[in-house]
Amino acid sequence: MEIPYTVEERPDTGLNNSKLGIWLFLASEIMLFGGLFSAYVFLRMGAPDGAFHEWGQELNIPLATVNTLVLITSSVTMVMSWASLKMNEFSKYKLYMGVTLLCAVGFLVIKYFEYTAKFDHHIYPSTNTFMAIYFTLTGLHGLHIIGGMIVMFYFWFPGSKMWQTEPEHFANRIEVLGLYWHFVDLVWIFLFPILYLL
Amino acid sequence: MMVMRWQLAYPETPVPFIGEFLWENGILLPEVYNSLGAMHGTIMIFLGVVPLAVGAFGNYFVPLQIGTIDMAFPKLNMTSYWSYFVGGVIMVASFFTPEGAARSGWTSYPPLSVFEPGQTLWLIGMVFLITSSLLGSINIIVTIVQLRAPGLKWMRLPFFVWAQLVTSFLLVLAFPPLEAAAVLQLMDRVVGTSFFLPTGLVVSGEMVAATGGGSPLLWQHLFWFLAHPEVYVLILPAMGIVCEVIANNTRKPIWGYKSLVYATVFLGFMSFIVWAHHMFMTGMGATMSAFFQTTTMIISIPSVVILTAFFLSLWGGSIRFNTPMLFALAFLPMFGIGGLTGLPLGLSASDIPLHDTYYVIGHFHYVVAPGTIFALFAGIYYWYPKMTGRKMNETLGKLHFWPSLIFMNGIFMPMFIQGLAGISRRLWDGGAIYSHAADTLWLNEVMSVSAWLLGIVQLVFIVNFIYSMKKGEKAGRNPWDATTLEWVAPSPPIAHGNFESEIEVHRGAYEYSVPGRTRDFTPQTEPKKSDN
Ligand code: HEM
Ligand SMILES: [Cu+2]
Repeated sequence: MEIPYTVEERPDTGLNNSKLGIWLFLASEIMLFGGLFSAYVFLRMGAPDGAFHEWGQELNIPLATVNTLVLITSSVTMVMSWASLKMNEFSKYKLYMGVTLLCAVGFLVIKYFEYTAKFDHHIYPSTNTFMAIYFTLTGLHGLHIIGGMIVMFYFWFPGSKMWQTEPEHFANRIEVLGLYWHFVDLVWIFLFPILYLL
Repeated sequence: MMVMRWQLAYPETPVPFIGEFLWENGILLPEVYNSLGAMHGTIMIFLGVVPLAVGAFGNYFVPLQIGTIDMAFPKLNMTSYWSYFVGGVIMVASFFTPEGAARSGWTSYPPLSVFEPGQTLWLIGMVFLITSSLLGSINIIVTIVQLRAPGLKWMRLPFFVWAQLVTSFLLVLAFPPLEAAAVLQLMDRVVGTSFFLPTGLVVSGEMVAATGGGSPLLWQHLFWFLAHPEVYVLILPAMGIVCEVIANNTRKPIWGYKSLVYATVFLGFMSFIVWAHHMFMTGMGATMSAFFQTTTMIISIPSVVILTAFFLSLWGGSIRFNTPMLFALAFLPMFGIGGLTGLPLGLSASDIPLHDTYYVIGHFHYVVAPGTIFALFAGIYYWYPKMTGRKMNETLGKLHFWPSLIFMNGIFMPMFIQGLAGISRRLWDGGAIYSHAADTLWLNEVMSVSAWLLGIVQLVFIVNFIYSMKKGEKAGRNPWDATTLEWVAPSPPIAHGNFESEIEVHRGAYEYSVPGRTRDFTPQTEPKKSDN
């Protein structure tokens, strides 16, 4: 017996199982980052006036701006790869998914240079509470990027065989992956102003 | 716990049997006492009740009660299970490391928890356990929303399923902030940040070499934001089980089914805005206190609605006093005592003297021990025939129930008295240094003896559980003449697919003793036209 609604939608809820699953997962992710954001607010309120702003001056705004653009691009190509599947153009899917993956790698490389530049100046998470929350938030976000990359890689190469046998199921999976990726992107859109600009 | 109660009853006397092998003189060391205390709380809550109530009962009976073949994501289920397993192994293994297990209480308040040994493993273990619960509860929600059998409308769901649904939402939304907090505490311990360490902190007469600037209160907020909803995670599945058992054994529809459902959903929402009633002592100011006492009083209303509905359901029923029903009936007053003693704790004026005394310990143990644990026993006795095809022995069941009820109260009732006399929780010497409480100290022995006897009585349960598996009275599909869907499946249910044929639902969950029908119960699968 098959578990119902893994591919098709349940008429009265309008969802298939994985879509509901990913929305719930994202809700929990919002609470996770929400918890850390509230820690940021709490620490900022507890710090001496202007201290957070001053400590934040150490960060490299141009690099982070580039990174923001990289992530936004990757979100766009992610949508394109899903749309290509829907239009039955598998080779385009491969291309767009590849670009998305490349963007993710680019993001991490830039992040790596940012981190090492800090360490070279003897700035560590233990330097002050701003750096502590900066490294925690961006580090956790980085882990989410890596997680996303692993799944993308899987569906880009070894997992894409599924397209031959169950095209609709495969397209659904890419849609769900896309939702996750947009979320990771959105987190960065929040992190960028509060860490670099404020 | 049994060892700790020795130390409390007979401070600084060697622990019999095992003491001489473990410690010099055989006396329980204070550090070890603290470890045992912290790990007792952690293990009972995160490794015991939640996995049993949500993981085991939820996973097994939710698909059955909604008439489907399996959980929505079987692979996710395995991941959740293994994550739980790894978390459990880390927790247990931490006892055997040179540092010993965590000893900063299940609440792990900093700054203490940032310095005490053993905590790092605790935090890593918690991250695994949290992940496990998250995946498990996502699975339960999707299963309930998506896989209900045709015809099983929302208001036809058994209350147990509703309870599991709200519980899972609480887990999904409340656990991540604790995960965040655990990550921050790990950072404090491992890379030397100061999220929870204030500037100028002095420990044992020495300035701490950390940059400071953090706040221990931040931890308390993040922790209780989880841990208050967590207490409803502990109680809601229990209420769900009790509801099933009561409806079945009063042979009556449950009283006020809809109000039960609405009360439960409302309770779920409210449980996110009461957390700071655990923090009245932190000097958070009158406005904040006023807010949180108001929300706390409001949240007790749905609890009372639920309890009242259960009590009213008994009225006029022809009650069958079998073992599951006895446990379910005992749940009602025990949860009542626990809930009512919560009210004085919810008002800041009366909480301040009571905070961190044995009164608080009494309060929450009444809700979770003779409360939730009795409900879990009721569930085991009730659903055992479904799981094994045989009933558990009734005589042994009663022999298990009555002493358990007496000893449970023997342990926890005196805690209120000691707490009111001012004895603090987490004391190695059981309060011997408090001269003002000297006349309540004899109760320590009463509690300890009750605890040991309670432990012994559980052997009856274990024997019954194993014995009935082979020798119990054979039970058919529906030994209790029940209405809900799990009783349509064979006992035990088919390994792949639960039911023999597809299920279709035609009526609500509790059609018992409907006037004019030949039988006193009408299964949910019975088509409407067969009425009368
Ligand atoms: C129904 C109304 C309830 C109210 C008004 C209430 C109120 C409170 C308050 C104000 C405290 C904090 C006391 C202090 O630390 O000074 C507390 C502690 C506690 N309550 Fe409740 N409670 C209720 C129900 C429950 C339920 C249903 C459970 C569990 C199933 C529960 C479990 C706990 C636990 C575990 C603690 C202690 C945590 C700790 O400090 O270690 N309570 N309760
Ligand atoms: Cu609470």
